[in-house]
Amino acid sequence: MNKKQIRTIEVAALTRVEGEGALRVVVEGERILDVQLAIYEPPRFFEALLRGRPLDETPDITARICGICPVAYQMTAVHALEQALGIVVTPEIRELRRLLYCGEWIESHGVHMHLLHIPDFFGYSNSIELAQVYPHQVNRGLRLKKIGNRLLEVLGGRAVHPINVAVGGFFKAPRLSELRSLADDLQWGLEAAIDVVRWVASFEYPEFKGDYEMVALRHAEEYPMNEGRIVSTAGLDIATDEFEQHFEERQVPHSTALHAWQLPHRSTYTVGPLARMNLNRDHLSACAYELSESVEMQWPCFNPYRSIIARGIEVVHAFEEALAIVRRYQGCSPARMSYAVSPGQAREGMWATEAPRGLIYHRYQTTSDGKIAHAKIIPPTSQNQRQIELDLAALLPQLLAQPDSAIGLACEKLIRSYDPCISCATHFLKFEIKRL
Amino acid sequence: MSIVPRPRLGDIRVSKPRLAVFKFASCDGCQLQLLSCEDELLSLAEELEIVHFLEASSRIEMGPFDIALVEGSITTAADLGRIQEVRRQSKKLVTIGACATAGGIQALKNWADRSEFLRCVYATPETIDTLSTSTAIADHVQVDYELRGCPINRFQLLDVLRALLTDRRPKLPSHSVCLDCKRRDTVCVAVARDEICLGPITHAGCGALCPAFNRGCYGCFGPAQQSNCDSLVDWHLHRQVTAPTLVPLLRNFNAAAIEFRDCGDRVDPQSDLGQNL
Repeated sequence: MNKKQIRTIEVAALTRVEGEGALRVVVEGERILDVQLAIYEPPRFFEALLRGRPLDETPDITARICGICPVAYQMTAVHALEQALGIVVTPEIRELRRLLYCGEWIESHGVHMHLLHIPDFFGYSNSIELAQVYPHQVNRGLRLKKIGNRLLEVLGGRAVHPINVAVGGFFKAPRLSELRSLADDLQWGLEAAIDVVRWVASFEYPEFKGDYEMVALRHAEEYPMNEGRIVSTAGLDIATDEFEQHFEERQVPHSTALHAWQLPHRSTYTVGPLARMNLNRDHLSACAYELSESVEMQWPCFNPYRSIIARGIEVVHAFEEALAIVRRYQGCSPARMSYAVSPGQAREGMWATEAPRGLIYHRYQTTSDGKIAHAKIIPPTSQNQRQIELDLAALLPQLLAQPDSAIGLACEKLIRSYDPCISCATHFLKFEIKRL
Repeated sequence: MSIVPRPRLGDIRVSKPRLAVFKFASCDGCQLQLLSCEDELLSLAEELEIVHFLEASSRIEMGPFDIALVEGSITTAADLGRIQEVRRQSKKLVTIGACATAGGIQALKNWADRSEFLRCVYATPETIDTLSTSTAIADHVQVDYELRGCPINRFQLLDVLRALLTDRRPKLPSHSVCLDCKRRDTVCVAVARDEICLGPITHAGCGALCPAFNRGCYGCFGPAQQSNCDSLVDWHLHRQVTAPTLVPLLRNFNAAAIEFRDCGDRVDPQSDLGQNL
């Protein structure tokens, strides 16, 4: 090949990811000139349109950022606003929120693993083709996902954009009989999810050692969902309200999603199931921990291809924890803490939770008459996007002898292992230049 | 209105109807409802061929398509052209969800200053392709069926698909949420709890969820047919509920639906009647 020849490899439409994006790689000879994960998903301006809205609408509106992980937006929004307003919820409400998050992890991980990702390991284009050869495994995956949806429906009213989440708690607490009726399915799900992990762990994974920092929440006693300190594999340990002193976002020309990086060196980092598990494996439920020990996997793991195993173990955790919560549930009264917006000063609150795809951060300023004055939302994918590009740049040199189509396919597989959520990333964040 | 003869089981020579799913500005939640048909997904795949569904399959085929499901609203110049192409390639076009049928929550920008919205979010707004409006698919091309809701009801989606496969009319309700509350024996939250509820003017399809969870309907399925929005709003105004409470309720996930839009503009003292439209 002519050394000066510029070769451009394009994947015009990434498939089996949530939202719309493309990939563009520019190569000169053996040199990778540029890798762009181009996001062309149209912007929807959530932070702009929230301004002036009654603050109690925030969980309903931010849910609409993403149809796959609406609970992550609802949970982060209600916690941030409760911090702003000085609302403290009861342990019962806190536990139901964890249960709701378990439902979303089961559902979202279920969609990604069984419908989007697993076909890659067998060379199929989709799960319908996969089902011709592995009907039991695909049907098992669909049933697992369905149980997650059922949990979301009982507790949230519906699986996509639940209607039962309020600032202060829930509009209505589930009846004892409703939650208890889920126990048999959850027990089946726990056992099936363990089988899924054993199956997935038997797949062949490319060797890949990412040399990067992983960031997740860490809680003193539990696997992180709704709260914790922000920690990293490089030793970072900060409170969530310090997030913006350590991380920032910037606009890049090829994307309608902003990229996040860590200060002061503008270094990349990743969030997600692998980060969570590397930093919190000791807090996994009993079955999930035992599984993490028995599968062929070295911890901490920095191979993004193996994220699916972490995702699977988290599904086991979510089923086991959901089952425990359902069994000890004795009702929740009050379902919602009452609050009054006191006239006078404006308030501010910020919070981070663990979305299925990783750490998500919200900050809100409210007005004295109970409206949103300012909103900032940082989803997981905008934090992972730059690292995905760097991983691709590291992968590409070994692939250059192959035809463009094969290179594109290999790149797509790496991208999919991150489970990017492009709709989430494309709601745009305010760009601020910080000089340190 | 026949589209494609239904393939006979076991006859592989008869090609199955070709289904495509397209996304415009949206959250993916409505196309996810297709994947949430867990019990029906694999049997549905035997009745029709999913030939273009980026979220679920790497197999991408070109048109023409027998059925196109369209999610999302039109917010960019590029999408203005793309929806025309989707229409040209599709025998039947079904819009799925509030974004596609009424512009979605992002239609709030129809009432805002576009450049200010851009500056609020982007440092270099000139690289961003965005129109000043978010509009429904039917504002641009002919639509054969509309599925309401934020998100859509997956059983309604299945019914439309089965109807198209068997050449019958879909059984889509046209009544209001209010009637569904009576059917499921939910105590009226407007009467018993004094909640502001859009149930009387909102299209059925959710199963009257919100009142069953002790909250008023917030209209995510958009206006019901022949809804009398003005009457409901005037009644609330008469009870001293003010415009700042009523307007955001009418102007959310179906803000650009004509009935909700006009009623909200009438009540909103600051409205300049959808300046960007």
